[in-house]
Amino acid sequence: MATTMITTLDRSSRAAARGLSDISIRNLFIIPTVLFLIVFNIFPLIYSLGYSFTDFRASTNAPANFVGLQNYRDLLNDPFVWNNFAITAKYVIISVAGQLFVGFGVAMLLNRDIPLKGLLTTLLLLPMMLSMAVVGLFWKLLYDPSWGVINYFLGLGNFEWLADPKMALYAVALTDIWMWSPFVMLLSLAGLSAVPKHLYEAAAIDRAGPFYTFFRITLPLVAPILMIAVIFRTMEAFKTFDLAYILTSQPTAELISIRLYKMAFQEWQTGRSCALAYIVLIMVLAITNIYVKYLNKVKER
Amino acid sequence: MRKLVTSMLAGIGLTLACGTSVYAQEKSLTIFWAEWDPANYLQELGNEYEKETGVKINVETTPWADFQTKTFTEFNAHGDAYDLVVGDSQWLGAGSTGGHYVDLTDFFKKHDLGNVMAPATVKYYAEYPGNSGKYWAIPLEGDAVGWSYRKDWFEDPKEKEAFKAKYGYDLDVPKDFKALRDIAEFFHRPDQKRYGIAIYTDNSYDAMAMGFENALFSYGGELGDYATYKVDGHINSDKAVAALDAYKELYKFTPPGWAKSFFVEDNQAITENLAAMSMNFFAFFPSLINEASNPNAKNTGFFANPPGPNGDQFAALGGQGISVISYSKKQDEAMKFLEWFIKDSTQKRWAELGGYTCSQAVLKSPEFQNATPYNKAFYETMFKVKDFWAVPEYAELLQQLNQRIYPYMIGGEGTAKETLDALAADWNTTFKKYGRVQ
Repeated sequence: MATTMITTLDRSSRAAARGLSDISIRNLFIIPTVLFLIVFNIFPLIYSLGYSFTDFRASTNAPANFVGLQNYRDLLNDPFVWNNFAITAKYVIISVAGQLFVGFGVAMLLNRDIPLKGLLTTLLLLPMMLSMAVVGLFWKLLYDPSWGVINYFLGLGNFEWLADPKMALYAVALTDIWMWSPFVMLLSLAGLSAVPKHLYEAAAIDRAGPFYTFFRITLPLVAPILMIAVIFRTMEAFKTFDLAYILTSQPTAELISIRLYKMAFQEWQTGRSCALAYIVLIMVLAITNIYVKYLNKVKER
Repeated sequence: MRKLVTSMLAGIGLTLACGTSVYAQEKSLTIFWAEWDPANYLQELGNEYEKETGVKINVETTPWADFQTKTFTEFNAHGDAYDLVVGDSQWLGAGSTGGHYVDLTDFFKKHDLGNVMAPATVKYYAEYPGNSGKYWAIPLEGDAVGWSYRKDWFEDPKEKEAFKAKYGYDLDVPKDFKALRDIAEFFHRPDQKRYGIAIYTDNSYDAMAMGFENALFSYGGELGDYATYKVDGHINSDKAVAALDAYKELYKFTPPGWAKSFFVEDNQAITENLAAMSMNFFAFFPSLINEASNPNAKNTGFFANPPGPNGDQFAALGGQGISVISYSKKQDEAMKFLEWFIKDSTQKRWAELGGYTCSQAVLKSPEFQNATPYNKAFYETMFKVKDFWAVPEYAELLQQLNQRIYPYMIGGEGTAKETLDALAADWNTTFKKYGRVQ
């Protein structure tokens, strides 16, 4: 089975003339990638696993002492860290749900013959092409209670989006929804345009209502690709750092990655922050796995 | 093919050779500091050093927000990109015990710097551990927290009359924390888009600590015992609780959205007509008397942090000393620069350029004290300052302070006593972790 995957080299090709075999061409492509992965991904991953069991601090020259599971035990007993996880979960749910709703909605609107459809789609995609840091800085200005445009247009007066502990997380999520809904929209649009037209014709002949058509034809057929969007966005939202870090310093909006950054690069608790990074990694893996399982189920239908 | 490779190698070799020869001819030193006006003044001072000696001084800067991270990343990698660093006073512990700073004790003793520089600057910018007689930096930029205020608002006869009618005493520069609060309340008029006071509230580095310390120290409170690291009974004492309540009270009279403010925002409060009074480091005052950066320059006055209810008067210390980095390959050259820097004539020039000298002789001279509207307040403040912990784990202590005090200050969670009790417990755990207390 595996051998049939490798197509043999055309004997008359230039590569063959130079004396390169199938195997060497394959190696030429794969080995640099594998080396890159090992050096920059796998090695640090394993190395930091080692550090997570020590009290190592990168800011001192003191040797690292093995402390066993102490770091994990302390972290999982720290109410502040748990609070960060709760905040992150809330943020992921709000922002991914919001993006799904807005993104899919816009895709439904765009999935028809309208003039300037291409231009419109391109313009709508602009937010996700900006840098997270730039978006953060811009939205900080937009949210500003003294001269921000948002309060001006909504007539909210001095409403403090980012300084209000209860509002800050929603404000960050709102910015994230603005930025990443286009991504969901793009994927949904691809899914929607792939739904065979004859199904809709058949439904129309059978006099199916619009809701019935949506829930029985559109949604089931777009679901797999929507799931992929959800997986991507969940992973990304879980890791959100720059946007939230720039927008607000409210403890009620301190996502786990911000806590991790502070621990690693302000306090230089290298060992403990490695442990926290592993906890986060395991969580993301677990959540993604659940999604992937569900995705496979959806696909089977 | 082989020819090509050989010629290329030769080319690279030649480039490298040329590069290093130019490098060797031109002696240079790189000083790392945060991006702010004093760094520009230091560059100007460095240019004068270059004229005298031919050694080029490059002052490299980075924004305050990542100054600490960038410096320590370089330290941790044992990099020699910088020869000297003008490091924050809290870094002394980490810099010295981590082996990043060169021990300057001999240099210090040789030049009797303990008596040349103001005592507080020696204690907080140079010595670690406290009272050990070991020195790791030369006090370079003295700094502390002071206040700026709107003279025109304060001197308006109508305001004066209304103030007297409401509070029973004359409106003037606040004589104590109570007056500070009253004046803040008096000028707090959200309907006119004018607010009482601008204070530090940012919880990402040391802003909150510096702001709170101003109240804490003047109320007679302490962070803890610097010798024994005992915190329980100090940071949660009645005085400290009263100080935290007083600081929280001031937050009521800040402009809207004042929950992440530090030196930039606090200067804006004055330049943008937002607040009557604003807390800030003296290092940021030069731009307030400059009409190009402050339209209210003529109407801006300055005062030292006022005393608390018992008459204690202190201020939070900022400022930095300059240290030689132990991974630098030009340590001898760096020491020569320091020898030049501590000369009286250089210190005088440093003050003229806008730097805050720590030299006692210059500070005490009438020339210096009359040079700007805030120099006198600065001189007075520098002899009554206190600083945060300087132990290597200071960043953890700061983080713990932020995560306890911020929710109380801004979110109104819990009480001052609960907040400080919890902070005392956190700090005690941290000191235990590093073996400083049993």
